[in-house]
Amino acid sequence: MPPSDRSAQISALYQEMILDHYRKPRNKGAIENADASIPMKNPLCGDEITLQVRFADGSIDELGFTGRGCSISQASASMMTQLVKGKTLEEIEVVRARFREMVMGSEAAASDASLGSLRALSGVAKFPARVKCALLAWNALQAALELRRREDG
Amino acid sequence: MSRRADFPLLARNPGLHYLDSAATSQKPAVVLDAIRDFYETSNANPHRGAYALSVAATDRYDSARQTVAAFVGVADPNCLIFTRGTTEALNLIAFSWGRTTVRPDDEIVVTALEHHANFVPWQQLAIETGAKLRICELTSDGRLDLDSLASIVTARTRVVAINHVSNALGTINPVSEIVQLVRARSGAIVVCDGAQAVPHLKVDFDTLGPDFYAFSGHKMCGPMGIGCLIGRRELLEAMPPFQTGGDMVEFVHDDRTTWNALPHKFEAGTPNAADAVGLASAVDYLNAIGMDEVLRHERALMSEASDRLSEIDGVRIYGPPSAERSGVMSFTLGDVHPHDLATILDGEGVCIRAGNHCTQPLMRRLDVSATARASFYIYNDRSDIHALVDGVMKAKEIFGNAAV
Repeated sequence: MPPSDRSAQISALYQEMILDHYRKPRNKGAIENADASIPMKNPLCGDEITLQVRFADGSIDELGFTGRGCSISQASASMMTQLVKGKTLEEIEVVRARFREMVMGSEAAASDASLGSLRALSGVAKFPARVKCALLAWNALQAALELRRREDG
Repeated sequence: MSRRADFPLLARNPGLHYLDSAATSQKPAVVLDAIRDFYETSNANPHRGAYALSVAATDRYDSARQTVAAFVGVADPNCLIFTRGTTEALNLIAFSWGRTTVRPDDEIVVTALEHHANFVPWQQLAIETGAKLRICELTSDGRLDLDSLASIVTARTRVVAINHVSNALGTINPVSEIVQLVRARSGAIVVCDGAQAVPHLKVDFDTLGPDFYAFSGHKMCGPMGIGCLIGRRELLEAMPPFQTGGDMVEFVHDDRTTWNALPHKFEAGTPNAADAVGLASAVDYLNAIGMDEVLRHERALMSEASDRLSEIDGVRIYGPPSAERSGVMSFTLGDVHPHDLATILDGEGVCIRAGNHCTQPLMRRLDVSATARASFYIYNDRSDIHALVDGVMKAKEIFGNAAV
Protein backbone atom coordinates (compact mmCIF):
# COMPACT_ATOMS: atom_id res chain seq x y z
CA MET A 1 0.00 0.00 0.00
CA PRO A 2 1.37 3.48 -0.91
CA PRO A 3 2.41 5.37 2.25
CA SER A 4 0.08 8.27 1.43
CA ASP A 5 -2.97 5.96 1.59
CA ARG A 6 -1.87 4.66 4.96
CA SER A 7 -1.33 8.21 6.14
CA ALA A 8 -4.88 9.12 5.10
CA GLN A 9 -6.19 6.09 6.96
CA ILE A 10 -4.31 7.18 10.07
CA SER A 11 -5.91 10.62 9.83
CA ALA A 12 -9.33 8.99 9.41
CA LEU A 13 -8.69 6.83 12.47
CA TYR A 14 -7.61 9.57 14.84
CA GLN A 15 -10.50 11.98 14.39
CA GLU A 16 -10.90 14.94 16.69
CA MET A 17 -13.92 13.33 18.33
CA ILE A 18 -11.96 10.24 19.30
CA LEU A 19 -9.16 12.25 20.86
CA ASP A 20 -11.75 14.36 22.66
CA HIS A 21 -13.40 11.28 24.20
CA TYR A 22 -9.95 9.86 25.04
CA ARG A 23 -8.89 12.98 26.90
CA LYS A 24 -12.33 13.77 28.36
CA PRO A 25 -14.10 10.45 28.72
CA ARG A 26 -17.86 10.64 29.43
CA ASN A 27 -19.41 8.45 32.11
CA LYS A 28 -16.01 7.55 33.48
CA GLY A 29 -16.14 6.38 37.07
CA ALA A 30 -18.02 3.96 39.28
CA ILE A 31 -21.83 4.20 39.54
CA GLU A 32 -24.17 3.67 42.50
CA ASN A 33 -26.09 0.41 42.90
CA ALA A 34 -24.73 -1.30 39.80
CA ASP A 35 -26.51 -4.51 38.76
CA ALA A 36 -23.54 -5.76 36.79
CA SER A 37 -19.86 -5.04 36.96
CA ILE A 38 -17.86 -6.58 34.10
CA PRO A 39 -14.07 -6.43 33.93
CA MET A 40 -12.67 -6.90 30.43
CA LYS A 41 -9.03 -7.11 29.37
CA ASN A 42 -7.12 -7.11 26.16
CA PRO A 43 -3.97 -8.90 27.32
CA LEU A 44 -2.19 -8.21 24.04
CA CYS A 45 -1.89 -4.49 24.65
CA GLY A 46 -2.87 -4.13 28.28
CA ASP A 47 -6.16 -2.30 27.71
CA GLU A 48 -8.51 -2.92 30.59
CA ILE A 49 -11.90 -1.57 31.50
CA THR A 50 -14.58 -2.40 34.03
CA LEU A 51 -18.08 -1.58 32.87
CA GLN A 52 -20.80 -1.04 35.45
CA VAL A 53 -24.44 -1.15 34.45
CA ARG A 54 -27.73 -0.46 36.26
CA PHE A 55 -30.93 -1.75 34.66
CA ALA A 56 -34.50 -0.44 35.02
CA ASP A 57 -37.67 -1.50 33.21
CA GLY A 58 -35.95 -3.37 30.37
CA SER A 59 -33.48 -0.64 29.67
CA ILE A 60 -30.15 0.63 30.86
CA ASP A 61 -30.75 3.30 33.42
CA GLU A 62 -27.15 4.19 34.23
CA LEU A 63 -23.70 3.00 33.29
CA GLY A 64 -20.08 3.95 33.76
CA PHE A 65 -16.61 2.60 33.14
CA THR A 66 -13.21 2.63 34.79
CA GLY A 67 -9.82 1.45 33.58
CA ARG A 68 -7.15 2.51 31.16
CA GLY A 69 -6.03 1.82 27.67
CA CYS A 70 -5.41 3.26 24.24
CA SER A 71 -7.39 6.09 22.68
CA ILE A 72 -9.52 3.68 20.65
CA SER A 73 -10.60 1.54 23.60
CA GLN A 74 -11.24 4.52 25.85
CA ALA A 75 -13.07 6.62 23.25
CA SER A 76 -15.15 3.63 22.20
CA ALA A 77 -16.18 3.02 25.83
CA SER A 78 -16.98 6.68 26.36
CA MET A 79 -19.11 7.02 23.21
CA MET A 80 -20.83 3.73 23.88
CA THR A 81 -21.95 4.78 27.34
CA GLN A 82 -23.38 8.00 25.92
CA LEU A 83 -25.28 6.24 23.19
CA VAL A 84 -26.82 3.34 25.10
CA LYS A 85 -27.88 5.14 28.26
CA GLY A 86 -31.69 5.12 28.47
CA LYS A 87 -32.11 2.70 25.57
CA THR A 88 -34.02 -0.57 25.85
CA LEU A 89 -32.06 -3.82 25.83
CA GLU A 90 -33.50 -4.66 22.39
CA GLU A 91 -32.38 -1.31 20.97
CA ILE A 92 -28.94 -1.76 22.48
CA GLU A 93 -28.54 -5.21 20.97
CA VAL A 94 -29.31 -3.78 17.51
CA VAL A 95 -26.74 -0.98 17.92
CA ARG A 96 -24.14 -3.36 19.31
CA ALA A 97 -24.47 -5.74 16.36
CA ARG A 98 -24.39 -2.81 13.91
CA PHE A 99 -21.31 -1.30 15.56
CA ARG A 100 -19.56 -4.63 15.35
CA GLU A 101 -20.36 -4.86 11.63
CA MET A 102 -18.94 -1.38 11.15
CA VAL A 103 -15.57 -2.05 12.80
CA MET A 104 -15.34 -5.35 10.92
CA GLY A 105 -15.50 -3.35 7.69
CA SER A 106 -19.16 -3.04 6.64
CA GLU A 107 -19.52 0.19 4.66
CA ALA A 108 -23.30 0.07 4.96
CA ALA A 109 -22.96 0.10 8.75
CA ALA A 110 -20.43 2.95 8.56
CA SER A 111 -23.06 5.16 6.90
CA ASP A 112 -25.91 4.06 9.17
CA ALA A 113 -27.21 7.16 10.95
CA SER A 114 -28.46 5.06 13.85
CA LEU A 115 -24.86 4.67 15.00
CA GLY A 116 -24.62 8.42 15.50
CA SER A 117 -21.25 9.62 16.77
CA LEU A 118 -19.99 6.03 16.91
CA ARG A 119 -19.35 6.35 13.19
CA ALA A 120 -16.22 8.31 14.13
CA LEU A 121 -14.75 4.89 14.90
CA SER A 122 -15.35 3.50 11.42
CA GLY A 123 -11.68 4.06 10.54
CA VAL A 124 -10.76 1.19 12.86
CA ALA A 125 -11.87 -1.28 10.19
CA LYS A 126 -8.68 -0.56 8.27
CA PHE A 127 -6.56 -1.55 11.29
CA PRO A 128 -7.22 -5.22 12.13
CA ALA A 129 -4.79 -5.00 15.07
CA ARG A 130 -7.03 -2.33 16.63
CA VAL A 131 -10.50 -3.84 16.17
CA LYS A 132 -10.26 -5.57 19.53
CA CYS A 133 -9.59 -2.21 21.20
CA ALA A 134 -12.79 -0.75 19.72
CA LEU A 135 -14.83 -3.79 20.78
CA LEU A 136 -13.53 -4.08 24.33
CA ALA A 137 -16.27 -2.01 26.00
CA TRP A 138 -18.93 -3.51 23.75
CA ASN A 139 -17.88 -7.01 24.73
CA ALA A 140 -18.24 -5.98 28.36
CA LEU A 141 -21.69 -4.59 27.59
CA GLN A 142 -22.68 -7.81 25.85
CA ALA A 143 -21.57 -9.79 28.90
CA ALA A 144 -23.66 -7.50 31.13
CA LEU A 145 -26.72 -8.00 28.93
CA GLU A 146 -26.27 -11.78 28.92
CA LEU A 147 -25.97 -11.75 32.68
CA ARG A 148 -29.21 -9.77 32.86
CA ARG A 149 -31.00 -12.18 30.53
CA ARG A 150 -29.87 -15.18 32.57
CA GLU A 151 -31.02 -13.54 35.78
CA ASP A 152 -34.38 -12.80 34.22
CA GLY A 153 -34.40 -16.46 33.28
CA MET B 1 27.74 -0.65 3.20
CA SER B 2 24.30 -1.44 4.48
CA ARG B 3 23.55 -5.03 5.42
CA ARG B 4 19.94 -4.60 4.31
CA ALA B 5 20.81 -6.23 0.99
CA ASP B 6 21.59 -9.48 2.84
CA PHE B 7 17.99 -9.70 4.09
CA PRO B 8 15.43 -10.51 1.38
CA LEU B 9 12.45 -9.12 3.31
CA LEU B 10 14.19 -5.79 3.88
CA ALA B 11 15.57 -5.65 0.34
CA ARG B 12 12.05 -6.21 -0.97
CA ASN B 13 10.57 -3.42 1.18
CA PRO B 14 12.81 -0.36 0.84
CA GLY B 15 10.41 1.84 2.83
CA LEU B 16 10.20 -0.53 5.76
CA HIS B 17 11.91 0.48 9.00
CA TYR B 18 12.05 -2.68 11.06
CA LEU B 19 12.71 -1.78 14.70
CA ASP B 20 11.34 -4.88 16.41
CA SER B 21 14.32 -7.22 16.35
CA ALA B 22 14.01 -7.85 20.07
CA ALA B 23 10.79 -9.68 19.16
CA THR B 24 12.30 -11.50 16.20
CA SER B 25 15.08 -10.64 13.79
CA GLN B 26 14.87 -10.69 10.03
CA LYS B 27 16.63 -13.58 8.27
CA PRO B 28 19.53 -13.22 5.86
CA ALA B 29 19.43 -15.09 2.55
CA VAL B 30 22.33 -17.32 3.65
CA VAL B 31 20.20 -18.74 6.47
CA LEU B 32 17.19 -19.34 4.24
CA ASP B 33 19.51 -20.95 1.69
CA ALA B 34 21.08 -23.21 4.31
CA ILE B 35 17.66 -24.52 5.38
CA ARG B 36 16.64 -25.13 1.79
CA ASP B 37 19.97 -26.78 1.07
CA PHE B 38 19.51 -29.19 3.98
CA TYR B 39 16.17 -30.31 2.59
CA GLU B 40 17.47 -30.46 -0.98
CA THR B 41 20.71 -32.30 -0.31
CA SER B 42 20.67 -33.99 3.11
CA ASN B 43 17.10 -34.61 4.16
CA ALA B 44 16.62 -37.86 6.07
CA ASN B 45 15.85 -38.62 9.69
CA PRO B 46 19.05 -38.13 11.73
CA HIS B 47 20.31 -40.95 13.97
CA ARG B 48 18.06 -43.58 12.39
CA GLY B 49 18.88 -44.73 8.91
CA ALA B 50 21.69 -47.14 8.12
CA TYR B 51 22.23 -45.44 4.80
CA ALA B 52 24.45 -42.65 3.59
CA LEU B 53 21.75 -39.99 3.37
CA SER B 54 20.73 -40.42 6.99
CA VAL B 55 24.37 -40.28 7.99
CA ALA B 56 24.69 -37.02 6.04
CA ALA B 57 21.67 -35.58 7.88
CA THR B 58 23.14 -36.70 11.21
CA ASP B 59 26.50 -35.14 10.35
CA ARG B 60 24.93 -31.83 9.48
CA TYR B 61 22.86 -31.81 12.65
CA ASP B 62 25.89 -32.68 14.81
CA SER B 63 28.02 -30.14 13.02
CA ALA B 64 25.36 -27.46 13.65
CA ARG B 65 25.52 -28.28 17.35
CA GLN B 66 29.29 -27.87 17.36
CA THR B 67 29.10 -24.54 15.56
CA VAL B 68 26.50 -23.14 17.95
CA ALA B 69 28.29 -24.52 21.03
CA ALA B 70 31.56 -22.90 19.98
CA PHE B 71 29.73 -19.61 19.40
CA VAL B 72 28.50 -19.45 23.00
CA GLY B 73 31.68 -20.77 24.59
CA VAL B 74 30.60 -24.30 25.47
CA ALA B 75 33.57 -26.68 25.45
CA ASP B 76 31.35 -29.80 25.47
CA PRO B 77 28.81 -29.58 22.60
CA ASN B 78 26.83 -32.47 24.09
CA CYS B 79 25.82 -30.14 26.91
CA LEU B 80 23.95 -28.04 24.37
CA ILE B 81 20.39 -29.30 23.92
CA PHE B 82 18.37 -28.14 20.95
CA THR B 83 14.87 -26.99 21.95
CA ARG B 84 12.04 -25.11 20.25
CA GLY B 85 13.36 -21.91 21.79
CA THR B 86 14.11 -20.15 25.05
CA THR B 87 10.65 -20.75 26.48
CA GLU B 88 10.88 -24.50 26.03
CA ALA B 89 14.45 -24.54 27.37
CA LEU B 90 13.42 -22.72 30.56
CA ASN B 91 10.37 -24.92 31.01
CA LEU B 92 12.58 -27.97 30.55
CA ILE B 93 14.60 -26.92 33.59
CA ALA B 94 11.57 -25.96 35.67
CA PHE B 95 9.89 -29.29 34.96
CA SER B 96 12.77 -31.73 34.78
CA TRP B 97 15.12 -30.27 37.40
CA GLY B 98 12.51 -28.31 39.36
CA ARG B 99 9.82 -30.94 39.94
CA THR B 100 12.38 -33.47 41.18
CA THR B 101 14.46 -31.11 43.30
CA VAL B 102 12.42 -28.31 44.83
CA ARG B 103 10.61 -29.08 48.10
CA PRO B 104 8.25 -27.17 50.38
CA ASP B 105 10.21 -24.67 52.49
CA ASP B 106 12.68 -24.18 49.66
CA GLU B 107 12.86 -20.78 48.03
CA ILE B 108 12.94 -19.78 44.38
CA VAL B 109 14.33 -16.39 43.38
CA VAL B 110 13.34 -14.54 40.22
CA THR B 111 13.69 -10.88 39.33
CA ALA B 112 11.20 -8.13 38.52
CA LEU B 113 13.02 -7.71 35.20
CA GLU B 114 12.13 -11.14 33.81
CA HIS B 115 10.26 -11.96 30.64
CA HIS B 116 7.21 -14.08 31.47
CA ALA B 117 9.13 -17.09 30.08
CA ASN B 118 11.60 -16.86 32.97
CA PHE B 119 9.01 -15.84 35.56
CA VAL B 120 5.86 -17.91 35.13
CA PRO B 121 7.58 -21.36 35.01
CA TRP B 122 9.22 -20.58 38.38
CA GLN B 123 6.08 -19.09 39.86
CA GLN B 124 4.15 -22.23 38.87
CA LEU B 125 6.92 -24.46 40.22
CA ALA B 126 6.64 -22.62 43.53
CA ILE B 127 2.86 -23.04 43.59
CA GLU B 128 3.07 -26.76 42.80
CA THR B 129 5.86 -27.62 45.21
CA GLY B 130 4.89 -25.31 48.05
CA ALA B 131 8.20 -23.47 47.75
CA LYS B 132 8.29 -19.72 48.28
CA LEU B 133 8.81 -17.39 45.32
CA ARG B 134 10.93 -14.34 46.09
CA ILE B 135 11.44 -11.45 43.72
CA CYS B 136 14.60 -9.37 43.35
CA GLU B 137 13.54 -5.73 42.99
CA LEU B 138 15.01 -3.06 40.73
CA THR B 139 16.81 0.22 41.07
CA SER B 140 14.97 3.31 39.88
CA ASP B 141 16.79 3.22 36.53
CA GLY B 142 15.80 -0.36 35.76
CA ARG B 143 18.80 -2.36 36.93
CA LEU B 144 18.70 -5.39 39.21
CA ASP B 145 19.14 -4.20 42.78
CA LEU B 146 21.99 -6.45 43.91
CA ASP B 147 21.36 -5.47 47.55
CA SER B 148 17.82 -6.73 47.17
CA LEU B 149 19.19 -9.91 45.60
CA ALA B 150 21.76 -10.40 48.37
CA SER B 151 19.04 -10.03 50.99
CA ILE B 152 16.79 -12.74 49.53
CA VAL B 153 19.34 -15.37 48.48
CA THR B 154 19.82 -17.62 51.50
CA ALA B 155 20.63 -21.21 52.35
CA ARG B 156 16.96 -21.99 51.51
CA THR B 157 17.32 -20.78 47.93
CA ARG B 158 17.37 -23.60 45.39
CA VAL B 159 17.33 -21.64 42.15
CA VAL B 160 17.97 -18.08 41.03
CA ALA B 161 16.47 -17.21 37.62
CA ILE B 162 17.77 -14.07 35.93
CA ASN B 163 18.04 -12.70 32.44
CA HIS B 164 21.30 -11.67 30.83
CA VAL B 165 19.76 -8.76 28.92
CA SER B 166 16.28 -7.36 29.59
CA ASN B 167 13.94 -7.59 26.60
CA ALA B 168 11.89 -4.62 27.82
CA LEU B 169 14.60 -2.15 28.87
CA GLY B 170 17.80 -3.45 27.30
CA THR B 171 19.52 -3.58 30.70
CA ILE B 172 22.65 -5.74 30.56
CA ASN B 173 22.88 -7.61 33.83
CA PRO B 174 26.20 -8.50 35.52
CA VAL B 175 25.71 -12.26 35.30
CA SER B 176 29.16 -13.29 36.59
CA GLU B 177 28.82 -10.98 39.59
CA ILE B 178 25.38 -12.39 40.31
CA VAL B 179 26.67 -15.97 40.04
CA GLN B 180 29.38 -15.15 42.60
CA LEU B 181 26.84 -13.51 44.89
CA VAL B 182 24.60 -16.59 44.72
CA ARG B 183 27.47 -19.07 45.22
CA ALA B 184 28.64 -17.13 48.29
CA ARG B 185 25.22 -17.33 49.93
CA SER B 186 23.63 -20.59 48.85
CA GLY B 187 23.90 -23.84 47.00
CA ALA B 188 21.33 -22.59 44.51
CA ILE B 189 21.64 -23.12 40.79
CA VAL B 190 21.61 -20.07 38.52
CA VAL B 191 19.41 -20.17 35.43
CA CYS B 192 20.06 -17.46 32.89
CA ASP B 193 17.72 -16.38 30.09
CA GLY B 194 20.04 -15.29 27.31
CA ALA B 195 17.43 -14.73 24.58
CA GLN B 196 18.29 -11.03 24.33
CA ALA B 197 22.04 -11.49 24.89
CA VAL B 198 23.32 -14.11 22.45
CA PRO B 199 22.09 -12.20 19.35
CA HIS B 200 23.82 -9.00 20.47
CA LEU B 201 26.99 -9.61 22.47
CA LYS B 202 29.73 -12.15 22.93
CA VAL B 203 28.55 -14.82 25.36
CA ASP B 204 30.97 -17.30 26.88
CA PHE B 205 28.98 -19.80 28.94
CA ASP B 206 31.93 -21.51 30.55
CA THR B 207 33.44 -18.28 31.92
CA LEU B 208 30.09 -16.55 32.59
CA GLY B 209 29.38 -19.21 35.19
CA PRO B 210 25.62 -19.95 35.45
CA ASP B 211 24.39 -23.54 35.65
CA PHE B 212 21.92 -23.23 32.80
CA TYR B 213 21.65 -20.79 29.92
CA ALA B 214 18.86 -20.57 27.34
CA PHE B 215 18.46 -18.72 24.05
CA SER B 216 16.48 -18.70 20.80
CA GLY B 217 17.59 -18.90 17.19
CA HIS B 218 14.98 -16.59 15.70
CA LYS B 219 16.24 -13.44 17.45
CA MET B 220 19.78 -13.95 16.05
CA CYS B 221 19.06 -14.22 12.31
CA GLY B 222 18.14 -17.90 12.62
CA PRO B 223 14.78 -19.54 11.94
CA MET B 224 11.83 -19.74 14.33
CA GLY B 225 11.37 -23.03 16.16
CA ILE B 226 14.96 -23.72 17.18
CA GLY B 227 16.71 -22.67 20.36
CA CYS B 228 19.17 -24.00 22.88
CA LEU B 229 19.55 -25.01 26.47
CA ILE B 230 23.08 -25.23 27.78
CA GLY B 231 23.67 -26.90 31.10
CA ARG B 232 26.42 -28.20 33.29
CA ARG B 233 26.97 -31.88 32.51
CA GLU B 234 26.53 -33.20 36.05
CA LEU B 235 23.17 -31.44 36.37
CA LEU B 236 21.93 -32.58 32.97
CA GLU B 237 22.98 -36.16 33.71
CA ALA B 238 21.22 -36.18 37.08
CA MET B 239 17.96 -34.78 35.68
CA PRO B 240 15.15 -36.99 34.41
CA PRO B 241 14.03 -36.48 30.80
CA PHE B 242 11.57 -33.73 29.98
CA GLN B 243 9.77 -35.63 27.24
CA THR B 244 10.04 -39.30 26.35
CA GLY B 245 9.79 -41.09 23.02
CA GLY B 246 12.03 -41.99 20.14
CA ASP B 247 15.75 -41.24 19.97
CA MET B 248 16.08 -40.38 23.65
CA VAL B 249 16.05 -43.97 24.89
CA GLU B 250 18.69 -46.65 25.32
CA PHE B 251 16.77 -49.83 26.25
CA VAL B 252 13.00 -50.02 26.41
CA HIS B 253 11.98 -52.95 28.56
CA ASP B 254 8.35 -53.86 29.10
CA ASP B 255 8.34 -52.25 32.51
CA ARG B 256 11.09 -49.63 32.38
CA THR B 257 13.37 -47.66 30.10
CA THR B 258 16.93 -46.42 30.27
CA TRP B 259 17.93 -43.14 28.72
CA ASN B 260 20.23 -42.27 25.88
CA ALA B 261 23.35 -40.17 26.52
CA LEU B 262 23.45 -36.37 26.34
CA PRO B 263 22.28 -34.50 24.39
CA HIS B 264 19.80 -37.10 23.08
CA LYS B 265 18.20 -37.69 26.48
CA PHE B 266 16.56 -34.27 26.18
CA GLU B 267 15.76 -34.40 22.48
CA ALA B 268 12.81 -36.75 22.15
CA GLY B 269 11.44 -37.37 18.67
CA THR B 270 12.73 -36.32 15.28
CA PRO B 271 15.01 -33.33 15.82
CA ASN B 272 14.55 -30.04 14.03
CA ALA B 273 17.71 -30.65 12.05
CA ALA B 274 16.98 -28.23 9.21
CA ASP B 275 16.49 -25.29 11.56
CA ALA B 276 19.57 -26.29 13.58
CA VAL B 277 21.50 -26.08 10.29
CA GLY B 278 19.85 -22.69 9.68
CA LEU B 279 20.89 -21.52 13.14
CA ALA B 280 24.48 -22.63 12.54
CA SER B 281 24.41 -20.60 9.33
CA ALA B 282 23.17 -17.58 11.32
CA VAL B 283 26.11 -18.09 13.70
CA ASP B 284 28.50 -18.06 10.73
CA TYR B 285 26.85 -14.88 9.48
CA LEU B 286 27.21 -13.15 12.88
CA ASN B 287 30.77 -14.40 13.30
CA ALA B 288 31.72 -12.87 9.96
CA ILE B 289 30.54 -9.50 11.27
CA GLY B 290 32.00 -10.07 14.73
CA MET B 291 29.95 -9.79 17.92
CA ASP B 292 31.86 -6.74 19.12
CA GLU B 293 30.85 -4.98 15.92
CA VAL B 294 27.23 -6.16 16.28
CA LEU B 295 26.95 -4.54 19.71
CA ARG B 296 28.84 -1.44 18.67
CA HIS B 297 26.61 -0.94 15.63
CA GLU B 298 23.26 -1.38 17.35
CA ARG B 299 24.27 0.56 20.45
CA ALA B 300 25.45 3.51 18.35
CA LEU B 301 22.08 3.61 16.60
CA MET B 302 20.07 3.14 19.80
CA SER B 303 22.14 5.79 21.52
CA GLU B 304 21.59 8.31 18.73
CA ALA B 305 17.88 7.48 18.64
CA SER B 306 17.68 7.97 22.42
CA ASP B 307 19.36 11.36 22.11
CA ARG B 308 17.07 12.46 19.29
CA LEU B 309 13.90 11.28 21.05
CA SER B 310 14.97 12.84 24.34
CA GLU B 311 14.87 16.22 22.65
CA ILE B 312 11.14 15.82 21.99
CA ASP B 313 8.91 17.26 24.67
CA GLY B 314 6.94 14.54 26.42
CA VAL B 315 9.21 11.62 25.53
CA ARG B 316 10.31 9.53 28.46
CA ILE B 317 12.91 6.79 28.03
CA TYR B 318 13.05 3.91 30.52
CA GLY B 319 16.00 1.93 31.80
CA PRO B 320 19.68 2.66 32.40
CA PRO B 321 21.73 5.13 30.30
CA SER B 322 22.13 4.05 26.68
CA ALA B 323 25.84 3.24 27.10
CA GLU B 324 24.77 0.43 29.44
CA ARG B 325 22.00 -1.03 27.32
CA SER B 326 21.81 -3.36 24.35
CA GLY B 327 20.08 -2.01 21.24
CA VAL B 328 16.72 -1.79 23.01
CA MET B 329 14.91 1.45 23.83
CA SER B 330 11.62 1.56 25.75
CA PHE B 331 9.78 4.87 25.79
CA THR B 332 6.48 6.68 26.13
CA LEU B 333 5.18 9.93 24.65
CA GLY B 334 3.08 12.02 27.02
CA ASP B 335 -0.45 10.66 27.31
CA VAL B 336 -0.30 9.03 23.87
CA HIS B 337 -0.89 5.36 24.48
CA PRO B 338 1.97 3.20 23.09
CA HIS B 339 -0.55 1.24 21.05
CA ASP B 340 -1.66 4.43 19.30
CA LEU B 341 1.96 5.43 18.82
CA ALA B 342 2.70 2.06 17.18
CA THR B 343 -0.28 2.43 14.83
CA ILE B 344 0.84 5.91 13.77
CA LEU B 345 4.43 4.73 13.29
CA ASP B 346 3.15 1.78 11.28
CA GLY B 347 1.54 4.32 8.97
CA GLU B 348 5.04 5.67 8.35
CA GLY B 349 6.48 2.21 7.70
CA VAL B 350 8.10 1.98 11.13
CA CYS B 351 7.62 -1.32 13.00
CA ILE B 352 7.91 -1.05 16.78
CA ARG B 353 6.48 -3.10 19.61
CA ALA B 354 3.89 -1.62 21.93
CA GLY B 355 2.57 -3.31 25.00
CA ASN B 356 3.85 -4.95 28.14
CA HIS B 357 6.58 -6.92 26.30
CA CYS B 358 5.66 -10.08 28.25
CA THR B 359 6.93 -8.32 31.37
CA GLN B 360 3.81 -7.49 33.37
CA PRO B 361 5.63 -7.58 36.75
CA LEU B 362 8.09 -4.98 35.38
CA MET B 363 5.33 -2.79 33.93
CA ARG B 364 3.60 -2.69 37.34
CA ARG B 365 6.83 -1.52 38.94
CA LEU B 366 7.34 1.15 36.28
CA ASP B 367 3.68 2.10 36.91
CA VAL B 368 2.79 1.97 33.22
CA SER B 369 0.41 -0.37 31.43
CA ALA B 370 2.58 -0.40 28.35
CA THR B 371 5.58 1.17 26.68
CA ALA B 372 6.68 1.60 23.09
CA ARG B 373 9.86 -0.28 22.29
CA ALA B 374 12.25 0.24 19.40
CA SER B 375 15.04 -2.30 19.04
CA PHE B 376 17.98 -2.07 16.67
CA TYR B 377 20.02 -4.73 14.95
CA ILE B 378 22.74 -5.19 12.38
CA TYR B 379 20.62 -4.25 9.35
CA ASN B 380 19.35 -0.97 10.78
CA ASP B 381 20.88 2.35 9.82
CA ARG B 382 20.36 6.04 10.44
CA SER B 383 17.43 6.23 8.04
CA ASP B 384 15.53 4.07 10.55
CA ILE B 385 16.25 6.63 13.29
CA HIS B 386 15.00 9.48 11.10
CA ALA B 387 11.80 7.58 10.30
CA LEU B 388 11.27 6.79 13.98
CA VAL B 389 11.77 10.40 15.05
CA ASP B 390 9.52 11.69 12.25
CA GLY B 391 6.84 9.19 13.23
CA VAL B 392 6.97 10.22 16.88
CA MET B 393 6.66 13.86 15.81
CA LYS B 394 3.64 12.94 13.71
CA ALA B 395 2.01 11.22 16.68
CA LYS B 396 2.63 14.32 18.71
CA GLU B 397 1.00 16.41 15.99
CA ILE B 398 -2.05 14.14 15.70
CA PHE B 399 -2.60 14.05 19.43
CA GLY B 400 -1.99 17.80 19.71
CA ASN B 401 0.93 19.33 21.50
CA ALA B 402 -1.07 20.68 24.43
CA ALA B 403 -1.61 17.52 26.41
CA VAL B 404 1.84 16.03 25.72
